[in-house]
Amino acid sequence: MQELKENNILQPAMPACWYEESKPHKFCPGCGHGIILKALGEAVDELGIRDKIVFGCDIGCSLLAWDFFDFDTVQTHHGRTTPVITGMKRAKQDIIGIAYMGDGGGYAIGSQHLFNAAVRNEKITVLLCNNSNYGMTGGQMSPTSLPGMKTETSPYGRDINQTGSPTKGPEMVAAVAPEGAYVARGTVANARQLKGFIKKALENQIAGNGFSFVEALSGCPTNWRTNAKQTWEFIEKDMTQYFKVGELRTPQS
Amino acid sequence: MAEVSLKGEQRVFMTGNEVIAWAAVAAKAEIMYGYPITPQNEIMHYWTRLAPKYGKKFLQTEDEISAGFTTLGGVFTGTKAFTATSGPGNVLMQESAGMAEMMRLPVVYIIQQRGGPSTATVIYGQQETTLTCFGGNGEGYRIVYSPATHQDLFDYTIKAFNMAWTYRFPTFVLGDGYQAKMREPLTIYDPEEKGIKLVKPEPIVADLGQPQRKTKHLRNCLNTEDELYEILKGHQADYDALSSKIVEWDAQDCEDADLVIVSHGVVSRAALGAYKKLRAEGKKIGYFRPITVRPFPQEQLKQATKGAKRLFVAESAYGQLLKIVQNNLYGSTLEIVPMLRPGVGITSEEIYDEISKL
Repeated sequence: MQELKENNILQPAMPACWYEESKPHKFCPGCGHGIILKALGEAVDELGIRDKIVFGCDIGCSLLAWDFFDFDTVQTHHGRTTPVITGMKRAKQDIIGIAYMGDGGGYAIGSQHLFNAAVRNEKITVLLCNNSNYGMTGGQMSPTSLPGMKTETSPYGRDINQTGSPTKGPEMVAAVAPEGAYVARGTVANARQLKGFIKKALENQIAGNGFSFVEALSGCPTNWRTNAKQTWEFIEKDMTQYFKVGELRTPQS
Repeated sequence: MAEVSLKGEQRVFMTGNEVIAWAAVAAKAEIMYGYPITPQNEIMHYWTRLAPKYGKKFLQTEDEISAGFTTLGGVFTGTKAFTATSGPGNVLMQESAGMAEMMRLPVVYIIQQRGGPSTATVIYGQQETTLTCFGGNGEGYRIVYSPATHQDLFDYTIKAFNMAWTYRFPTFVLGDGYQAKMREPLTIYDPEEKGIKLVKPEPIVADLGQPQRKTKHLRNCLNTEDELYEILKGHQADYDALSSKIVEWDAQDCEDADLVIVSHGVVSRAALGAYKKLRAEGKKIGYFRPITVRPFPQEQLKQATKGAKRLFVAESAYGQLLKIVQNNLYGSTLEIVPMLRPGVGITSEEIYDEISKL
């Protein structure tokens, strides 16, 4: 996989379906999106499905993925990626539709779309980056901000009496999706496992079993105002207290 | 529903919503996405009944936001797709229409206007004229047909698909609740048998027949003001160029008219009746109806009103057509007599009486 540059520096392995011209990518240093999209890229490479994919990206930091891959990509509106990909898949069943979004797009402004796509068992794959805040707009409280978490709109810490508890997306999807759905929560802290979940989610769509949903716990050091160590601690220790990593639904269960 | 076919020309007696469903079949639309709202529901009812016979698809979505965006999804894949809505649903669909304007997506919306604002009535209105022509956070790059008869509904629904796929701007058929629910005779037909070419849809992304295709990266979120300005200059130039080509209107006896009645949609039928009666009495009355309310037949209206002393604008809204007319006649000193009845039907007799009083 890895190739040597002329000056003997080892080039990091990059999935073949990444769009090289847009690299280095536009996400902030330390952002988790790159790890999620690398896991997705590796899964796509392994399945050899590049030419069948339509990748839809939401508004929010996910919009920066609009030229990330060397496959057809459409930027949509905030929260509306699920219906756009649904509409594509309903019209042309042979495409492999991937909807990429953040926790705001999936669990707040687009929650009705996510919920109903799951209920209808739409044969699409939704991949959601959960970084516990609205990154692109400057770090506001999001559906998945942790209790007590300080954000721009919860400067004294998220008060769950006023704002509710963090949204458990995969649990919600797993509760309403019919048989054949695949639902998992991975984390950028375990990229290999995350890639496995994403691959299964794509395979589930290819098999035509039903709705496939993967949430990935991710970091936002820019808005969390954390250093590398703190960022990883937050992802690995704090977030996993509320968001259990693992498979919630497989087509067999 | 009546057993009819699109072979040859068939004289039928149908409600407007049924006409739309048949017209979409005739236009070779492949999929409809929709959410229930009165008075457009029967478009979905008829479409779903026709679907298995004609190999059509339907998706009932969770709301009109989703109906609009799933329809965009359909057209992205090169599928002739449409949706239909009304009133508050039309408001929700403006978000998708904005994306279609920016990304030049050939989406077709059927609007059956009801009363507004808010939930208002499920019956009738012309209060979605401004919304349909200029809704969204943009410049109103849309094509909007305002049909008056059931024949119009059939003809212009077919045309809407052709215009959308030719010019790649969102295209609307702006009907209303009266047209939707009323039954009247019309002729339905297979457009191709009549020599009307149906524009073939093409995949915008995911052209699976071309595995070696160049990757498409399509966006609507831009980095700089200048990037946006460049794109909009292109859209504006395209829109300006199509405007003179596609505007449609009906003008009758305007050459010597002292007073020209201007109206659109179903109200223009009342206007036509009143104009004929007044003409029969020897009064110098003209009749002007924009069929495309966006783009608007500006030059044609200017021409039609050149010798007139007064304009009489009748509409079932409080000045939505009036504003468009005033804007298009800028500089004219012509007196305008408005007859504005928001959310209320207008009859020939009422127009006749109003004009006779002048």
